[in-house]
Amino acid sequence: MKRGLAIYAVLAYAFLHIPLLILAVFSVNSSKLSVWEGFSFKWYSALFQDRDLMEAAANSLIIAVGATIFATALGTLAAYALWKRESAWFSGTLYLSLVTPEIITGVSLLALFQWTFRFLHLQLGMHTVILAHTGFSLAYVVVVVIARLRGFDPALEEAAMDLGATQTQAFQRVTLPFLYPAIAAAALLAFTVSIDDYVITSLVAGVDSQTLPMVIYGLARRGVSPMLNAVSTVIVVILGAGVLISERLRSA
Amino acid sequence: MNRVRAIFLAPAAAIALTTLVVPLFIVLAYAFLTRGAYGGVEMPVTVENLTRLWDSLYGAIFLRSIWIAGLSTAICLLLGFPLALFIARSGPRRNLYMSLVVLPFWTSFLIRTYAWMFLLRDTGLINTALQAAGIIHQPLPLLYNDGAVILGLVYGYLPFTVLPLYSALEKLDPSLLEAAADLGARPFTALMRVTIPLCAPGIRAGAILVFIPCLGTYLTSDLLGGSKTVLIGNVVQEQFTAARDWPFGAAASLALMAFAIALMFVLKRKGEEML
Repeated sequence: MKRGLAIYAVLAYAFLHIPLLILAVFSVNSSKLSVWEGFSFKWYSALFQDRDLMEAAANSLIIAVGATIFATALGTLAAYALWKRESAWFSGTLYLSLVTPEIITGVSLLALFQWTFRFLHLQLGMHTVILAHTGFSLAYVVVVVIARLRGFDPALEEAAMDLGATQTQAFQRVTLPFLYPAIAAAALLAFTVSIDDYVITSLVAGVDSQTLPMVIYGLARRGVSPMLNAVSTVIVVILGAGVLISERLRSA
Repeated sequence: MNRVRAIFLAPAAAIALTTLVVPLFIVLAYAFLTRGAYGGVEMPVTVENLTRLWDSLYGAIFLRSIWIAGLSTAICLLLGFPLALFIARSGPRRNLYMSLVVLPFWTSFLIRTYAWMFLLRDTGLINTALQAAGIIHQPLPLLYNDGAVILGLVYGYLPFTVLPLYSALEKLDPSLLEAAADLGARPFTALMRVTIPLCAPGIRAGAILVFIPCLGTYLTSDLLGGSKTVLIGNVVQEQFTAARDWPFGAAASLALMAFAIALMFVLKRKGEEML
């Protein structure tokens, strides 16, 4: 049985990883067709000359950095508060976000924004995307930071306060430094989910805030192209590195 | 103390309220309003949007979405269980093997879906290879059908079943299996009568975590199913964008949410962690 399981595991890992490897291999193929012709980086240079793609990549970066900063800061504070005492209301909301399909989060945010725009002179744009992304990355940050807090001894904070620190000082000087690896891991995760999101983003983005996944989606709907393989490879490598570092930090 | 806690929690709670709770209530309300002339919604209040969901076209789409999501979830659990078992039994290498499952999961759902377009299309790698080998002469219609959608969903959400199954299996006391063997159970019997029943919380959590996003899927059915596989998620998206019938889109969202929450109540046991 052990052998059977091991063989099965090899096949399962092949199923999970080979499609992306094939994509990477064909991104350096000089032919446009699914036939190996020769090694070439031409699709990568085409990529960096494509203005739409580059502009979308810049938008995606701005949005992801913004959402990551907000979600990490607010999520860390919330995790600390929830660690002190649970809030049924807040964990209920976290569960709700877990059972809400993305498409519904997207359309309901669109409905909210359009409704508030009746009163405010605003339009869909980067700010609405950043707000939406902050919202859905928050849960990831809270979960990761709370997991680390469960391994923290509250007596350390009490000791700091016995020695004259205020509650805030104890948090800043004792608890926060203990949390740094988890906060970094949470930030990387928030960044990853933000830069990757298509479904929600496509509904709340304006004409001037096309993101990278939106451009990729548009191109993919029209068909397969070697340039798409190249941009996919770049994203997978960057996100993969981010996830691996995040995993390391969490187990540290 | 309590004041500090309140100040720390307030901003996140405000964001959660404005980006999740309030929007859901707005959609709930919109389901009972009338379609506006230029998109948006108008008075009067009506239940017509909800009754329209039961007409034959949308009823069929709903049932088909449940079928495809259910089948994908079952396949994920069947494929995920042996993998979780392998990882749980692989000693010190567990973390490495687990990372290999988690890694593709975090690296772009969109790109992983696109990878299957690349493999399955008429001039894709699989058809090209089969034709070059002389096995087929016409490309097989691999893309733009229900099978491709199910494949995409299984590929996308398999890690979501492995995670909870693994954490359930990891907690399993190995001495229980030794006891079963001592009492004469063969490994297969022990698997069926000890391991799997004790894994039930993991199976339930995996089922919820996969079924709900599959039921609401929009991206996978759009890219891999083309215009042939229209699911409830595509209906919602279509109504809120091109069709501009928000109340009807809201009604479809409401039905989808109601189904997801009902399923949660059926499968979730008190005090069980989801992940």
